[in-house]
Amino acid sequence: MAEYNLWHEFKKGLWQEIPPFRIALGMCPALAVTNSATNGIAMGLATFFVLLCANISVSAIRKIVPSQVRIATYVVIIALYVTVADMFLAAMFPPISKALGPYVPLIVVNCIILGRAEGFAQKHPIVPSIMDALGIGIGFTLSLALMGSIRELLGFGSILDIKLLGNWFEPWIIMILPAGAFFVFGFLVAIVNYLSSKKPAETHGH
Amino acid sequence: MDVILIFISASIVNNIVLSYFLGICPFVGVSNKTESALNMGLATTFVMTLTAAITWPVWTYVLVKFNIPFLQYVAFIIVIAALVQFVEMFIRKSSPHLYRALGIYLPLITTNCAVLGLALFMVLRDYNYIESIFFGFGTGVGFTIAILMMSGIREELEYADVPPVFQGISITLIIAGMMALAFMGFAGLIR
Repeated sequence: MAEYNLWHEFKKGLWQEIPPFRIALGMCPALAVTNSATNGIAMGLATFFVLLCANISVSAIRKIVPSQVRIATYVVIIALYVTVADMFLAAMFPPISKALGPYVPLIVVNCIILGRAEGFAQKHPIVPSIMDALGIGIGFTLSLALMGSIRELLGFGSILDIKLLGNWFEPWIIMILPAGAFFVFGFLVAIVNYLSSKKPAETHGH
Repeated sequence: MDVILIFISASIVNNIVLSYFLGICPFVGVSNKTESALNMGLATTFVMTLTAAITWPVWTYVLVKFNIPFLQYVAFIIVIAALVQFVEMFIRKSSPHLYRALGIYLPLITTNCAVLGLALFMVLRDYNYIESIFFGFGTGVGFTIAILMMSGIREELEYADVPPVFQGISITLIIAGMMALAFMGFAGLIR
């Protein structure tokens, strides 16, 4: 059995492969629910939960599933965990569940989760798969929290419903509308590109 | 009259890509050539109309009737995956020419979140059967309009001098933002 560098599997999700900026997966929720920091974090955590459970399950059954039906199997596994997450949110945090609306069930088709199942968990044992899910999940949650904070700050002058900017600030309504999501995301991708182009190129191995 | 309003609302005013952010992956991934964008749009429209036509009876006559709505997501995703597979087999048999044109795009539609999103919105808004089919068709047309416009802009963009850090996804998203702004102008069309 090959030695796994667990720290590396964890760490790569935080910058080197941080979704959705470095690997362009899971863009739909990143754009749709980041109109406030709270929604972004809730969505990130829900995705994190599903990703972790799906990675563990897929990794655990990776030797039993015939490769012809693997995608269908993974999708059904993911849909089950999404149902769990959705019912949990609806029962414990009704306002957040209402704000996220149909975007919680849409985690089923979030390409990050299927991408990690197909690209990582089905080829690796459980422990590295857990580390992979932790890294990517935390990276994704941080990205959504960042986007949510930027849009909430510019659109309402607050972060997490705490007023940060005074009355002099004229809110940019555009930032909480759909167009603002595209602009913020586009500029964040450009910033990440700029920062990583200054770093030595050796980190970009795939 | 209502069905026409639903069609216009789904295709233009509440465009699934530009105001609900669904189907962003193919919107960014397959929009660099007009021809492939058009094929992707047509294939998606076809699958979306069928999805609406099939998930509605599944929801009403199976899930609601037997009181198992918590199986909604699992049932819908299986219906969509099976449908895409079936459509692929059917087109391959009946029209090899169309199959060559759509071939590689068909399997991608299963993971297009706009298709599942459409089924979920349909249930959420309580449409009847006829309305659902028009909603599905309108959503597909809206997706085709958005991806076709984006591909036209990106073909022109090849000759533009975009700063290196903005190239690729970044500039595509910023253009999409401008398109979303332009589409907001239609908002007055339907209350």
